[in-house]
Amino acid sequence: MSKQYETVIGLEVHVELATKTKIFCACTTQFGGAPNTHTCPVCTGMPGSLPVLNKKVVEYAMAVGLATNCEITRMNKFDRKNYFYPDNPQNYQISQLYLPICRNGHVDIETPAGTKAIGIHEIHMEEDAGKLIHDEWEDVSLVDYNRSGVPLIEIVSEPDMRSADEVIAYLEKLRLIIQYLGASDCKLQEGSMRADVNLSVREVGATEFGTRTEMKNLNSFKAIARAIEGERARQIELIEEGKQVIQETRRWDDNKEYSYAMRSKEDAQDYRYFPDPDLVPVMISQEWIDEIKAKQPELRSEKLVRYKEQYKIPDYDAQIITESKHMADIFEATCELGAAPKKVSNWLMVETMRLLKENEMEADDIKFSPKNLAALIKLTEDGTVNSSVAKEVFEKIFAEDIDPDKYVEEHGLKTVNDEGALRETIEKVIADNPQSVEDYRNGKEKAIGFLVGQTMKAMKGKANPGKVNQILKELL
Amino acid sequence: MIEMTAVQLGKQIGQKQISVAEAVEASFAQIERVEKDVNSFVTLDKEAALKSAAEVQKKIDAGELTGPLAGVPVAIKDNMCTEGMLTTCSSKILSNFHPTFSSEAVLNLQREGAVIIGKTNMDEFAMGSTTETSYYGPTKNPWNLNHVPGGSSGGSCSAVAAGEAFYALGSDTGGSIRQPSSFCGVVGIKPTYGTVSRYGLVAYGSSLDQIGPVAKDVTDCATILEAIASYDRKDSTSIKREDTNFTEALKADVKGMKIGIPRDYFGEGLDPQVKEAVLKAAQELKAQGAEVEEFDLSLVEYAIPAYYVIAAAEASSNLERFDGVKYGYRSQDYDGLHNMYKKTRSEGFGAEVKRRIMLGSFVLSSGYYDAYYLKALRVKALIKQAFDRAFEKYDVILGPAAPTTAPKLGESLADPIKMYLGDIYTIAVNLTGLPGISVPCGMDDKGLPIGVQLIGNRFEEKKIIQTAFTYEQTRTLLYSPLYKGIEKEAR
Amino acid sequence: MANIISDETMEYVGILAKLELTAKEQAQAKKDMESMLDYIDKLNELDTTGIEPMSHVFPVNNVFREDVVENEDEHDKIMKNAPAVKEGSFKVPRTVE
Ligand SMILES: [Mg+2]
Ligand SMILES: [Zn+2]
Repeated sequence: MSKQYETVIGLEVHVELATKTKIFCACTTQFGGAPNTHTCPVCTGMPGSLPVLNKKVVEYAMAVGLATNCEITRMNKFDRKNYFYPDNPQNYQISQLYLPICRNGHVDIETPAGTKAIGIHEIHMEEDAGKLIHDEWEDVSLVDYNRSGVPLIEIVSEPDMRSADEVIAYLEKLRLIIQYLGASDCKLQEGSMRADVNLSVREVGATEFGTRTEMKNLNSFKAIARAIEGERARQIELIEEGKQVIQETRRWDDNKEYSYAMRSKEDAQDYRYFPDPDLVPVMISQEWIDEIKAKQPELRSEKLVRYKEQYKIPDYDAQIITESKHMADIFEATCELGAAPKKVSNWLMVETMRLLKENEMEADDIKFSPKNLAALIKLTEDGTVNSSVAKEVFEKIFAEDIDPDKYVEEHGLKTVNDEGALRETIEKVIADNPQSVEDYRNGKEKAIGFLVGQTMKAMKGKANPGKVNQILKELL
Repeated sequence: MIEMTAVQLGKQIGQKQISVAEAVEASFAQIERVEKDVNSFVTLDKEAALKSAAEVQKKIDAGELTGPLAGVPVAIKDNMCTEGMLTTCSSKILSNFHPTFSSEAVLNLQREGAVIIGKTNMDEFAMGSTTETSYYGPTKNPWNLNHVPGGSSGGSCSAVAAGEAFYALGSDTGGSIRQPSSFCGVVGIKPTYGTVSRYGLVAYGSSLDQIGPVAKDVTDCATILEAIASYDRKDSTSIKREDTNFTEALKADVKGMKIGIPRDYFGEGLDPQVKEAVLKAAQELKAQGAEVEEFDLSLVEYAIPAYYVIAAAEASSNLERFDGVKYGYRSQDYDGLHNMYKKTRSEGFGAEVKRRIMLGSFVLSSGYYDAYYLKALRVKALIKQAFDRAFEKYDVILGPAAPTTAPKLGESLADPIKMYLGDIYTIAVNLTGLPGISVPCGMDDKGLPIGVQLIGNRFEEKKIIQTAFTYEQTRTLLYSPLYKGIEKEAR
Repeated sequence: MANIISDETMEYVGILAKLELTAKEQAQAKKDMESMLDYIDKLNELDTTGIEPMSHVFPVNNVFREDVVENEDEHDKIMKNAPAVKEGSFKVPRTVE
């Protein structure tokens, strides 16, 4: 029997903060834009330029620290991390090494074995790098500094995770907390949340850690899971062959499902950190911490309780809706517009979830506006459209956020409420289907369903089935 | 005209006795006569200066510019960014760099109606004490062309001493204003750290760098400092000060002023002629009513090693941005990214800059950070304590600005330690962020100027200005031999 | 001389600092570095136990900027001094992946 191995995983999670401006200059953080149009002397490292700290960055970092049970460092400094690379205009990154803003926190995750606390070693503030695009025609790379200086927090966990499932649960938990705080939208695909995985293996029962590697370029939960499996296998194979695991940074290639060492002789990893003399210390008082605490928005656990009380929706509904801050926001805003909470919840849990799944989207990608959902609910409530038409209209709202009132009007989807016309049709259906009429009259209740169906068909779906039922019964 | 001080000229311009264009022409006439000998400038732009002179003249005529420096031509050290005007730091690596913005100090001067005539030569990236490490050749001392002007603001000081500019801006990281001012017989102030914005100053040692004035006399310096001092929200280390009306301190009165003379500044290595002249200045102040006393400052010999660790460490990081990617020189011949970095930087930087980058990278590298860098920061704290103790007793500390007068060209570069030792009296002031001024106090037997340095407690520029002004009243202004043949008009 | 710097150390520092010295420069730099370090070792004469390293000389803290966009598109200014440009970006030798 071969040896049993345990995987030991720690995460470094970079989260782009939702500030309007960069961490050290008044450039916009807006995504996109032509290359180097969201830049200034500071974020392109021009000689003579100097950084000035964005206060909001400190406040977001504190908020995340408080929500993850961290201690807040009272005296903060920024340090320079020196390394040459073209995405880094000064050839040093302003970060925090010696006095990071948050330390010694934890978040709880649910595992099959119960609740488990994942330790947070520290959270520090730093600046993001620019973007490198590899040119197709020439053997060159092109540098765009639009992202250079976008504020990041780096959340460094303790090596407390043992499986890909735990890693994903931890990331989901972090994402929810941060989204609820409004500190970031935490989108893995767009890079506003990025996880580097530190992984080592050791024999089950061993007390010492094995040599770890760091894996980068993981931009989906699936890639993270695959990378963990791949790296675990690679390290075990090395150990079994009697070889050494080398401590290094590796880049995960999700297509090839393999990681490659990134290190070369030209980048000795000696960052020569030292306090940045261009920035002054940040002193955080108890009053400031209290202020941030008081401003802390409602977290998910608090929302769950409130939804059940205020909106009287079942626990199951509340759980699903609050799994995404974005979905919860839509829920609340739609209710605010007068829609019945349970109706809103039904639309979100059934049709919305179905469409998300069909389109391989996440709840954060929902584009429709509460206004249009509320309007649709109103149309169903007052009987303007029936439920099958409503579903059809909702698909349009989901895809294009159309105005349901206009759409129903323009496409003639209104339920026909003209009793005269309806009676006329029903009388014709009765006349055309003597057998079913006979069956019904003989006590076969089900036969009426066929007659309702026939009427709806004749009305091209634009009738209120309840009304049809009522008139049918009356006439029979 | 060129013998006038900046304030004298400003007054004449304000009274329409002299036009701004005439002042610019006078500067350029002198430049034409002497620049080939002294090499004070990296860049001269007469056309731009005359254009700016016309604009300033209009504003003066319209009554929009009424300050004491309106219309007065100025020279700017070439490590301060000037929009559109070449800014090289006297380095090959920035030999083609045209900044897209101006440094805050320059903007402050321009708001007062200053007319920039050019950019002055300096030690490459301000790393040196002689202005010999410039890629554009050494600057010579206007008093004796075989000698250095000092450095690193050697071009600014020689331009003023040679009558090429009415005043200049310099920068002081370890004595780079005070020492060349002393060597060139002009007055220079290094203000309290945080008084003048560093925005737009190409950084050498960020925790030490300060911009300051270089001029013919104390009145000019106080006036210029008043103009360039400002709180700048673009510089996080800028300090909000209410007391920057420095010209208020231009009073000939030192009665009751307590002046301390550190014995440690008069020991081994000090040229006897410098010693004598500086002590004579102290006696003069005593005669004017100051209380003068000797004391032990202590730790003086530790300032240089602490300084070189800190300055080199910061410089090694500050100069990383010069890599051939965004601006400046890029090597013509390279193979791949990292080779481009190496080639660009090795070809673009001179020997002294490379020496300090290597030292700075080394003291910050893993395994040495604590032993060198943190040790230096601890020694800096001790030196600060020593000065704090001294200022509990004294208003002003008086000593030499440099241990010798200006050395001969080529004498200093061979032995870096010896060159660094020349900064022994100026460096502690940068480590501790204090203000200092250098004022001419005599000549040695070779006809080279000697300067006396006055050091104040933080934010107490006024005390050193007042002391320097009082002392200056007992003397006549010095004019270098390069003024010879110029008709004497003023004074 | 108390401090001996090996050629490997000089090479290592050269990699960190992105400087490539000629053999002659390297020998000179090594000598300079050794004598500088000997000189710097003078700091060890001072007992600094219990002294906090002083990175900032004045107690100025909490200098902040409000989170308001003030900068406009300055693309052309930013690229003005670039040694090599392509498609509005800084052009560099291909970075290794
Ligand atoms: Mg980081
Ligand atoms: Zn910017």
